[in-house]
Amino acid sequence: MSPGSKALSEFVAEATEILDALARDLLVLDERRGHEADPDLVNGIFRAAHSLKGLSGLFGQERISRLAHGTEDLLDRLRLGKLLLDGAVLDALIEVLDAFQALLGEAARGTESEGLSARVETMAARMASMGAPAEVAEEDPLDRLELEAQVRSVFTEYEEHRLRENVRRGVALWRVRAAFDLSDFDKGLVELNARLKPLGEVISTLPSAQPGGAHGIAFDLIFGAQVDQAALETGLKGTPAELSALTVRPAAEAATSALLQAAQPSATMRSTSPRGGGKKKKRARATPAALPPEARPPLLPHVPEDTEPGPLEWPTSDAALPADAGGAPSPAHVPGPSSVPVVAYLQGAAKASPKGLSVAPALPAGAPVSPQATLTADTSLRSLTQTVRVDIGRLDGLINMVGELLLIKANLQRLAESARQDGAVALSKLFGQELARETRGLERKLEALQEGLLEARMVPVGQVFDKLARLVRRITREAGKEIELAISGGEVELDKLIVEELSDPLMHLIRNAIDHGVESPDARLASGKPRRAVVGLRAEQKGNHVVIEVSDDGAGIDEVRVREVAITRGVITFSQAQEMSRRELLNLIFQPGFSTARSVSELSGRGVGLDVVKNNLGNLSGIIDVWSERGRGTAFHLTLPVTLAIIRALLVGVSGRTYAVPLNSVLEIISVQPREIRTVERREVLDLRGQTLPFVRLARMFALPERPVSRHFVVVVGLAQERLGIAVDELHGQQDIVTKPLGGRLQSVRGISGATDLGNRRTVLVLDVAALLEEGMAVERRRA
Amino acid sequence: MRVKVLIVEDSKASREYIAAMVEAVEGVEVVVTSSGFEALKLLPRHRFELIITDINMPDINGLELINFVKKNPNYRDVPLFIITTEGREQDRERGLALGAVEYLVKPFLPGSLEALLRRYLKLP
Repeated sequence: MSPGSKALSEFVAEATEILDALARDLLVLDERRGHEADPDLVNGIFRAAHSLKGLSGLFGQERISRLAHGTEDLLDRLRLGKLLLDGAVLDALIEVLDAFQALLGEAARGTESEGLSARVETMAARMASMGAPAEVAEEDPLDRLELEAQVRSVFTEYEEHRLRENVRRGVALWRVRAAFDLSDFDKGLVELNARLKPLGEVISTLPSAQPGGAHGIAFDLIFGAQVDQAALETGLKGTPAELSALTVRPAAEAATSALLQAAQPSATMRSTSPRGGGKKKKRARATPAALPPEARPPLLPHVPEDTEPGPLEWPTSDAALPADAGGAPSPAHVPGPSSVPVVAYLQGAAKASPKGLSVAPALPAGAPVSPQATLTADTSLRSLTQTVRVDIGRLDGLINMVGELLLIKANLQRLAESARQDGAVALSKLFGQELARETRGLERKLEALQEGLLEARMVPVGQVFDKLARLVRRITREAGKEIELAISGGEVELDKLIVEELSDPLMHLIRNAIDHGVESPDARLASGKPRRAVVGLRAEQKGNHVVIEVSDDGAGIDEVRVREVAITRGVITFSQAQEMSRRELLNLIFQPGFSTARSVSELSGRGVGLDVVKNNLGNLSGIIDVWSERGRGTAFHLTLPVTLAIIRALLVGVSGRTYAVPLNSVLEIISVQPREIRTVERREVLDLRGQTLPFVRLARMFALPERPVSRHFVVVVGLAQERLGIAVDELHGQQDIVTKPLGGRLQSVRGISGATDLGNRRTVLVLDVAALLEEGMAVERRRA
Repeated sequence: MRVKVLIVEDSKASREYIAAMVEAVEGVEVVVTSSGFEALKLLPRHRFELIITDINMPDINGLELINFVKKNPNYRDVPLFIITTEGREQDRERGLALGAVEYLVKPFLPGSLEALLRRYLKLP
């Protein structure tokens, strides 16, 4: 099997999934910095690196494989307790993740840059050198556990480590036996695991050698309980589980006290040790049947020659060795109070990571940058794959619809056949009714099919949010700020295409918020704010649209300086500036030509290529809006349609031409007499239920001959808070359309988002409502 | 009549890659699954002549699967191959000690796998 392009895309798709999962887990670890890491989480990350290594090896991706190998090693040492998960290790892992993404990007494009290859080498070397080995425990706590050698022999190294940790901490161990029917044992086990998980740790799941009958299967779960026996029994009520305690022989007296003493400094240990201590007494009462030396696992002789000598090596001495049992918890397992117990991105982390390893060259705040440069300076957050995961239930539904459509097709065929044989004359009213019924059925089914297909394209916007969260960490470190990222609404669904296209504009806005919106910790303290700033990323569905907010509680935008800069740059004239409201002034930051390199440092804040962001959003039929209050912060609101693929449109006629207006932005249609049109400050407006509505004539906007009319049809469109009345001559009705982009020169025509085929070989242009809304204000201003 | 080989591997791309290589051997039919649980369910439903299993998997690990197979009188004679990656020697040794006959280190050469399959499946 040669790794052709299909194989490559499969590889990229699976590797992307692995990296996404890895990134999510790392983020959780990062947020819990300074706390003891959840072993399941560390193991999950290890498994991800392990899978990535195997996968990339299979597909001949040597650089990824090499880096994954180094990462897996590091994680293996972590999960086996040979290495402490400190800030430096976490930073290294996060940088490695970035590198993986860059590598995967190159793999997908079939390129290999030398810079990246060199970085892989540096990183692999750095990871290999990380971490001092933990103190050597002289006695293996596992030897105190009475468990059949046979059972012990099926543990993986990791499971064995978890078991050892539980013994060492004095956790009560149980064997939970449960028999299930062979046909659905996995459901039963999942349920049992769900019950057990809150009560402690499921260390291993062993299928029993003696299944319960021909159609049954039994499992032994080795379980470390954080609760007492009564609570465990209550928790398992109603399950087929039977409990039996595993006996652990007490460690030597001195060793026990050493263990407890050593545990004292740790906040996390303190919370568990009293419970552990309680168990200890209980266990001491258990029969301390000495384990004969021969009973030790027979499989281990291989180990010393295979693994490097380390603290986890099996004791070669007898199990009864007095030793300071359990190995006093080495510092490696006990994060002291000196670690930083905050859930935040702290600038201090910067010291731990050599700058040279960061993925994208950091842009120093205030450095001259062109908008394009900023957009590409960070690794793009777009996915490398074009795939969407679809729930099989949804697909089944679609297949069913196709089945029903085939039925309708058969009926129509029958009708067509009878019409052909009888001729037009014989066509009865009954025939017409039947045909109409079938057509209605066809219409309903097609609508359902369309809806189903659109749903299949939906993905949660959280996919982008996760990637951005990682970015925030990096930028924060580079900018020397302290920031907490507040994310919500990640479950809101959008068309895959939109989610992909959103990642760059969002990245840009977030970068701006951190670089320029948020003040330095000292400046914040001086103005009476908490040291740590909050950057918010929120999504919310509002009808057919999704609103995404990027906010910060920084210094806000100084509109006076926006005005100065806009005048200096010739974006507006002085007299125009006089007439502008604060909101209009703020919106100038989206004007091309407003943001130039120098304005970055001149303007305590934004302006870096926001016109680019605005254009990107415009391509998605979305609009961007800014709110800002000095001293309190800034918020950008991005309003986007849920999908772009197929839209319902209103067809309108102007000067004999037809245009399509996306119906999702049409609020209402009104009829207006020419005398109702007023002029306020040289702009045409209408009064709509007491509100002033900006008004444009489509004919005038596209420089078409205007016809004298006795009344105008006015299509009222709106996005977010913006409203605009568009005057047209005729209304032709509604139709579903698929918008095709315009190529070449037509691409830059303002007010047109694309073209569509109406099905009768007529091609019409589709209005870009977002652009028209802006034009509605700008046109008048230019004329002024 | 073709002989059946069970492949247990949770990584989709690896699973399909290995399946493609096994399937390329004439006279072999492949059954694949992504989890140890599924493998336990499949065992009574087919007559497998060979099982190839990964070690690190989410539900039950490959060692447990090997142990289960070797302890069950119905399956104990089915030869088992383990799939491992570099660096997991201890798990590999345990697998062999539990009764697996061969181990495949990813990435391995298709040629060597084919030779092993022919040997254990007693194909010409």
